[in-house]
Amino acid sequence: MNFLERLIGPRKSEVPSELWEKCPSCGAVLITKDLARALYICSKCDQHLRMPIWDRIALLTDGSSFVETDREVESVDPLSFVDTAPYPERLKKAFKKTDSFDAVTIGEGRLDGRPVLLGVMDFEFMGGSMGSVVGEKITRLLERAAQTRIPAIVVSASGGARMQEGIFSLMQMAKTSAAVARMNAANVPYISILTDPTTGGVSASFASLGDINIAEPGALIGFAGPRVIEQTIRQKLPDGFQRAEFLLAHGMVDMVVHRRTLKQTISRFLNIVLGPAEVQHGA
Amino acid sequence: MARDLEFERPILELEKQLIELQETSVGGHIDLSKEINAIADKIRSVRAEIFKGLEPWQVTQVARHIDRPSTLDYAKLLCGDEFVEMHGDRLFGDDPAIVGGPALIGGHRVVLIGHQKGHDTDENLHRNFGMPHPEGYRKALRLMKFAQRFNLPVVVLIDTPGAFPGIGAEERGQSEAIARNLAEMSQISVPILCFVIGEGGSGGALALGVGDRVFMLEYAIYSVISAEGCAAILWKDAAKAKDAAAALKIRSENLLELGIIDGILPEPLGGAHREPQVTAEAIRRAIDEHLPRLLKMSPAELIEKRYAKFRAMGQFRVAQDAIDA
Repeated sequence: MNFLERLIGPRKSEVPSELWEKCPSCGAVLITKDLARALYICSKCDQHLRMPIWDRIALLTDGSSFVETDREVESVDPLSFVDTAPYPERLKKAFKKTDSFDAVTIGEGRLDGRPVLLGVMDFEFMGGSMGSVVGEKITRLLERAAQTRIPAIVVSASGGARMQEGIFSLMQMAKTSAAVARMNAANVPYISILTDPTTGGVSASFASLGDINIAEPGALIGFAGPRVIEQTIRQKLPDGFQRAEFLLAHGMVDMVVHRRTLKQTISRFLNIVLGPAEVQHGA
Repeated sequence: MARDLEFERPILELEKQLIELQETSVGGHIDLSKEINAIADKIRSVRAEIFKGLEPWQVTQVARHIDRPSTLDYAKLLCGDEFVEMHGDRLFGDDPAIVGGPALIGGHRVVLIGHQKGHDTDENLHRNFGMPHPEGYRKALRLMKFAQRFNLPVVVLIDTPGAFPGIGAEERGQSEAIARNLAEMSQISVPILCFVIGEGGSGGALALGVGDRVFMLEYAIYSVISAEGCAAILWKDAAKAKDAAAALKIRSENLLELGIIDGILPEPLGGAHREPQVTAEAIRRAIDEHLPRLLKMSPAELIEKRYAKFRAMGQFRVAQDAIDA
């Protein structure tokens, strides 16, 4: 898959256009074409469904201010990994299925006028798994933030490390976390938004290290998956276990914020911490 | 005598013969030394043959061997009495799956930290099979910061199946605990030498693994996920662990080739548990060789190089057509 193929290729052509879908929480029938306007929130039960990345980018940035960067960073197959299908085939499939070049899209935009560096993970791209490309792009974003003193926001959605890249995926946890440490040392704010689901190697690296950690209502957040825990300890897990509200109660996130007020919450936080965007010095 | 693994069965019969001969020799005051030596030689050559051709899944069995020396075994062999074990994270509790404290290794004053497994069921229950809880990582971090204050290098021995998938571990934020260690270790101003001595299981291993130099024992493994876990997810069949073990490239030779580790310490024939003293000696020699070089670096240089080391990990391509377009 090269860049041209990607521009003119049959993007999303294999995906049948569904007219409606069911809310996974209350079962209400939701009209697909209305979902975007409703920010992918169930009109009946307020369940926050997974939000496509470009809708997320539109939610958090002003107008068309977002400019994607670093999309030329592409996955390779360092282990020649084959499970029930070769890794390159899985990548191709993920590419066709989504609007993403890998499981994270990064770039620069404005949030209520203030320049921000934004990374958004795509759970639809191989479960939002972190391999070398995700690690590299997140690291570039955070390093850029430390250098330019522009705040960074990362919206996580991931099942964890990408197994097909084996040990390289594991090492992305160290790489991205070290980049957060550099941001911390530079005293540039790093905002981590944890959405459904944020687990495994992403949860245990940059996603948990925000100056402020903000979770979306009902999001599954944890290191081990609930099924693995149940199998290990052989008991049922309590209701609400590893949900955003559980993490808030246990002190792991600063707040659980409704999608409708997410942008203004970030804006308010940055305005107080850094001062209003207009009178910012030394940026 | 250490317990044999399944693929060592061909040796079992020979070992029985050896014991019989030894007993006859002692009991009957007969000199059977020629026969005994012949069988001992045969055992060695059969074992050498078996270990030459080990599959990744068999290496995994060696790495997990219940007699395989863990951190406190090496502490005894390397430090004798010159090790003061410290306990607790000062936040919640003490995790017996991670141990550590100041230690004297071959004349070097260091802080030794490592995962601890058990060698029998009781001990394993106490040590939680070497699977840490958040307080373990936080104790390790506390010890690293202590090491930093007293300008003592840190030696880490890694040996864990992985983080513990349990309710308490999640309640107390194991994600944050692992992530925090990764971030903080990258900024520690004293040298950090890591050795994967058994299982390098995923985040639970890496949480102690951000070192200036990372070595593996020959039959140790280091992996993003257990072979069983990977098989269950990707093959939807835990019985495919053998295939997953091969696909994940978890052996020391793979990791050296992939540029993830800095060196391999050869193990005695049959694995570290056959001759723990010999294995400990190899670790001591590696510390002796590498620590003085790291101690010559300034704190800033150490931190910069450690950052660059992990910064460079990962393989991807930069599509030129995408840049040009």
